[in-house]
Amino acid sequence: MNSKNILIKVNQLYKIFGDGDKNALDLVKNGMSKDELLEKSNCVLGLNNINLDINRGKIQVVMGLSGSGKSTLIRHLNRLIEPTSGEILFNDTNILNFTSKELIQFRQNNMSMVFQKFALFPHKTVLQNVGYGLAIQNISKDEWSEKAQKWIKRVGLDGYETYYPGQLSGGMQQRVGLARALATDAEILLMDEAFSALDPLIRSEMQNILLDLQSELHKTIIFITHDLDEALKIGDRIAILRDGSMVQDSDPQEIIMNPADEYVSDFIKDINRARVIQARSIMTPTNTKSSGATVKEDMVLEDILQIMSDAPSKPVTIENSKGKVTGKIEMVNLIEGMKRPKSLGTNITG
Amino acid sequence: MDWFFNFPDMSRSDLREFKKTVDFAFTDFSRKYGQGIEEFFEPLLMFLVWFEKLFINTPWPVIIFSILLLAWISSRSILIVVGTFLSFMLIGYFGMWEDTMSTLAIILVATFLCIAIGIPLGIAMARSNKVQAAIVPVLDVMQTIPSFVYLIPVVMLLGIGKVPGLIAVCIYAIPPIVRLTNLGIRLVDKDVLEAADSFGANYWQKLFGVQMPLALPTIFAGVNQTIMMALAMVVIASMIGVKGLGLPVLRAISNQYLALGLMNGLAIVILAIIFDRVTQKFGLRMQKYRNEGKD
Repeated sequence: MNSKNILIKVNQLYKIFGDGDKNALDLVKNGMSKDELLEKSNCVLGLNNINLDINRGKIQVVMGLSGSGKSTLIRHLNRLIEPTSGEILFNDTNILNFTSKELIQFRQNNMSMVFQKFALFPHKTVLQNVGYGLAIQNISKDEWSEKAQKWIKRVGLDGYETYYPGQLSGGMQQRVGLARALATDAEILLMDEAFSALDPLIRSEMQNILLDLQSELHKTIIFITHDLDEALKIGDRIAILRDGSMVQDSDPQEIIMNPADEYVSDFIKDINRARVIQARSIMTPTNTKSSGATVKEDMVLEDILQIMSDAPSKPVTIENSKGKVTGKIEMVNLIEGMKRPKSLGTNITG
Repeated sequence: MDWFFNFPDMSRSDLREFKKTVDFAFTDFSRKYGQGIEEFFEPLLMFLVWFEKLFINTPWPVIIFSILLLAWISSRSILIVVGTFLSFMLIGYFGMWEDTMSTLAIILVATFLCIAIGIPLGIAMARSNKVQAAIVPVLDVMQTIPSFVYLIPVVMLLGIGKVPGLIAVCIYAIPPIVRLTNLGIRLVDKDVLEAADSFGANYWQKLFGVQMPLALPTIFAGVNQTIMMALAMVVIASMIGVKGLGLPVLRAISNQYLALGLMNGLAIVILAIIFDRVTQKFGLRMQKYRNEGKD
């Protein structure tokens, strides 16, 4: 990957909660596990040697179960939590060296955040909430309320400007949260389980709103979730955390086809493979046209199955977005792709 | 075995010496600095006298009208306004108008003073655990020590009069507002504060834009308690020369005038109820956004 595309680079980041940090850090670096550390030194290992490159204009998903350190990681990016050791580079500047003034500037201009529990200001109206990030930069009221108005409209809350958060439903509140984060025009958006507290229908609607906005704004989004379906739907890249360590960081298709270990396998074993695996992941590469229909690279297996069921014996041709033939898929490939890898089937503990 | 049955206390002469030393030391101190301290409080005395005169010299219909207007603005309740009107008419009819005005003046000044000192103190406590640990015991002492005990040094320093009375009232009445300001700020939702942080708010923007507004209902409960406690001190303050409803009560105690005591006592109760209802209603209206929001 071209290094110019990397906006945020996390290098060897460690976070240990509790007293006696220095000693505990050495123990962790020598390979002590989270449980051992807790027992020996009464410190909690938050993050263990995290290295992560986040690409400009992409959605980087960070996944993990609760307690895996994903919320801790995202709070390091805007220094709501200070690391024990390591560095975080933003455009090659280490944000850990920022003075408190620079940090405030950075938070005001470069990064904004959406929270799991919305964290709206209950005493402010929707308009004031959305304009908050601008208002604290001493921008005139006319200016910030005009911008806030624009974003309120963009997330579909027209007419609710004078309402208080307490009067809105959960989904509407999170739209306010999203508008508040977008209003500062920061290029980085941190989303900490932003949609986890919403019911499934609203969640899916919010995901669509986000993708819709992203196709137009091309922000760099760091999205925390524990929901694999959500991660696959919106992520350009998925990093998986376990007990504070990075287990896998790759393309979503790669995670499904080649899970790094049992933990990741557990994560993906319940997904509907036919609905998420794309043609490019299982095709046999070739550049000659096959006898069957032609489909795009990113078509999911379920849809290819529909097409192939008319003529099961004819392999389909796969082409990329530019119309160039890149491979073919036969029925046997389809079946193979939808089947869970053997080792996963036997694991029923997850 | 004598020490087992009788506490091995210090000898009488030693004890006498100890008390004498403390007393003389303080007498010396008050001789030396009493004058200076009195001068320091001079502006406060002037303000108090001016304020009391203002209340007493303003024609009663104007006072009643202003009070009713204030009651209406803060409570928006017809019931409270009518109740206030009847109460003040009754107080006036029974000849306690002037004393009531004196009491009102000192209560208002005391409350104002308590707010001006108490809220910044509460904010400092909320900001640092060390400050909190230092101030809490002081507040405990102020709330539990019998008022007569701190009246002694206050009177020794400043003599009898309005200012020592005011100080005594403030010592007794300030703890609730300090405590509740601290509590109110500390109870503000951590998530909301984190959100303010993430958008780059500085300490003062967080304090005045988020913490204080959200703590306001709690702080107001503190103001309410401060007013109540100030009123409760009226009788004791009258012992050291504060005019008002407390003085007749004191006279009634020493001469066993039942009617006089009852009348003035009840007038204090009425004032307390009015203050309480009005401030409580105001506090409720301030947190309306929590329930339905729009007003």
